[in-house]
Amino acid sequence: MSVPAAFSAALEAAAAAPAPEPLRALRHAGRASFEQLGLPSRRQEEWRFTRLDPIGEAVFEPPPAVPSRVDISAWKIPASHLLVFVDGILDTELSDVQELPDGVLVSNLVLAASAGSRLVSKHLGSLAPVGEHFSAALNTAVFADGAVVHLPLGVELEQPIQLMFVSGADSRATLAAPRVLVVAGPSSRATVVESHVGGGGASLSCPVSEIVLDEEATVEHIVVVDEASTASHLAVRQVQLAARSSYVARTVSLGGALVRTDMEVTLDGEAAAAELAGLYLTDGDQQADSHITVRHAQPGCRSSQLYKGILAGSSRAVFNGRIVVELDAQKTDARQSNRNLLLSDQATVNSNPQLEIFADDVRCTHGSTVGRLDEEAVFYLRSRGISREQARRLLTLAFTNEVVERIPIESVRSRLKSEISRRLQGIEEEKDSS
Amino acid sequence: MSLLEITDLHVTVENTEILKGIDLTVNPGEVHAIMGPNGSGKSTLASVLAGREEYEVTGGEVRYLGHDLLELAAETRAREGLFLAFQYPVEIPGVANSYFLRTALNAIRSYRGEEEIDAVDFLSMLRDKGALVKLDENLLKRPVNEGFSGGEKKRNEIFQMAVLEPRLAILDETDSGLDIDALKIVADGVNSLRAPDRSFLVITHYQRLLNYIIPDFVHVLMGGRIVRSGGRELALQLEDHGYEWLEDEPARAAEAQ
Repeated sequence: MSVPAAFSAALEAAAAAPAPEPLRALRHAGRASFEQLGLPSRRQEEWRFTRLDPIGEAVFEPPPAVPSRVDISAWKIPASHLLVFVDGILDTELSDVQELPDGVLVSNLVLAASAGSRLVSKHLGSLAPVGEHFSAALNTAVFADGAVVHLPLGVELEQPIQLMFVSGADSRATLAAPRVLVVAGPSSRATVVESHVGGGGASLSCPVSEIVLDEEATVEHIVVVDEASTASHLAVRQVQLAARSSYVARTVSLGGALVRTDMEVTLDGEAAAAELAGLYLTDGDQQADSHITVRHAQPGCRSSQLYKGILAGSSRAVFNGRIVVELDAQKTDARQSNRNLLLSDQATVNSNPQLEIFADDVRCTHGSTVGRLDEEAVFYLRSRGISREQARRLLTLAFTNEVVERIPIESVRSRLKSEISRRLQGIEEEKDSS
Repeated sequence: MSLLEITDLHVTVENTEILKGIDLTVNPGEVHAIMGPNGSGKSTLASVLAGREEYEVTGGEVRYLGHDLLELAAETRAREGLFLAFQYPVEIPGVANSYFLRTALNAIRSYRGEEEIDAVDFLSMLRDKGALVKLDENLLKRPVNEGFSGGEKKRNEIFQMAVLEPRLAILDETDSGLDIDALKIVADGVNSLRAPDRSFLVITHYQRLLNYIIPDFVHVLMGGRIVRSGGRELALQLEDHGYEWLEDEPARAAEAQ
């Protein structure tokens, strides 16, 4: 299959750009895969409900040679180890990494690879499904830099690490390829916040994150996608857990023409645990997709998924939640729940729980709901003097609280709450004027 | 001027006439009990007064403080001092009880042109009013009614009433599902709120509640009509004889019209 014309300029620019090994070799392999895979067709089951039109129609340019000037104050967490990438390139002025305990690495891939980091050569690209997934291949073919985090044995990092990726600050259709590698050593602990902030235009971001947890490690991973309403975002995330480690994820998408996350979490050691919560908001013609696979490969592991969505306008959402319990994974406890709130008649949700269970001593539950605001609750609030509009907004916000309240960082929580509230108000005003 | 004046009220739900001509006048400070068997239209009357929209008023009128009550949206009625204690209080996940009450109180204050309540004043107010119905302070932080026991939900209704200080409180079968201790707590709460400028419409199936909340007037609602009105002794007669005692009354009342 030939490379879609949309990407040829970006691929050529990436191939010509200098990079240290192993980045260069990865890029080469990524390009080969991408050329072979091309864009997926809707005949492929995994892409049946995802409309790639916003991408197929664009012609993506490489990021500008001189990165844009951006304002990152909105999502910046006070007192964090901050790395900011603007249009794929580390911005050393905006970045601010505090003093770190011995052996902890919070850096950019180019720097770490140039210094001959064995960590980077061992783990970068080890999990990403470059041979199967077109946006993982695309990212690997064009990424210029990215973030790398390493926590050695027993280190518990108090302050969160914030990785901010800012792109598309001008109105051109640019291609961004954020890349994240987190390796958490035995009994280490950290909170990693990934913020994807879009400027404007019909840009495409195709981030890839690889997270490796050694025995008894704990990683809390918060991902906020705040792309421009016309931008697309196709994220691939791979997580590998060793025995008794714990991965906690909070993934919030505030909108974008198409925001899709393909996440695969493999519980690859006994008694490992993954707790995944997600929230997506869509309006107008937007689409939000969550494709999640949780693979129980070893006995005694626990996993839970709670994904909630609020859909307005004629927007769409897909939730594909797959739980695989392999033959040896006895005493598995896996739960999954997808709940959607529709604010309009035209919005649609495809919710597809899939269970593939090969072990016999397991506990698996799943459920999905698609519903409206509870009119009885609206009346209850009104009967206490609260206006209909305020009652509706209060109940809609309350629906998001179950996910937002699980975010352990106060500044992220409050920023999300005000941002969600602002968007819901926008949706109502739109409705009133139509 | 009467607080509430209902004249020949007819109400239909899904093409079935439930209320067939209700007349009732409530003056400031009075406690009226409305008693009746299941299906007599008691809860329909409460719902129509509170502004539930699935009920169609096909005749008659309701004046509240001289205004046409039926013209007002549910929230406006609440802001004008009307309060309904729900028979089945609604659970609202994700909204803390205290946040909900503060939002409601501020909506009412803003309607009256008053400033928002100060956070410290509000907290001490919650503590005082919560004590009236022995409400566990932890319930303030919990989502509205979520996981509350039956008794806690009913106490929470009276607690909200205490905070919002209505002019007319309608208690829709607040006694249903309560054991005797919970019933006493709820009744004590209501009694402590009795005031010359506050009236109550106490809707109940059983006279039991009226041992604790002593009404000024008792009305018996059967078949969509008030078939008998009297003083407190009427409730006691009903206790002795049951509603069968008045079974022929709806027909007689219809004839009389």
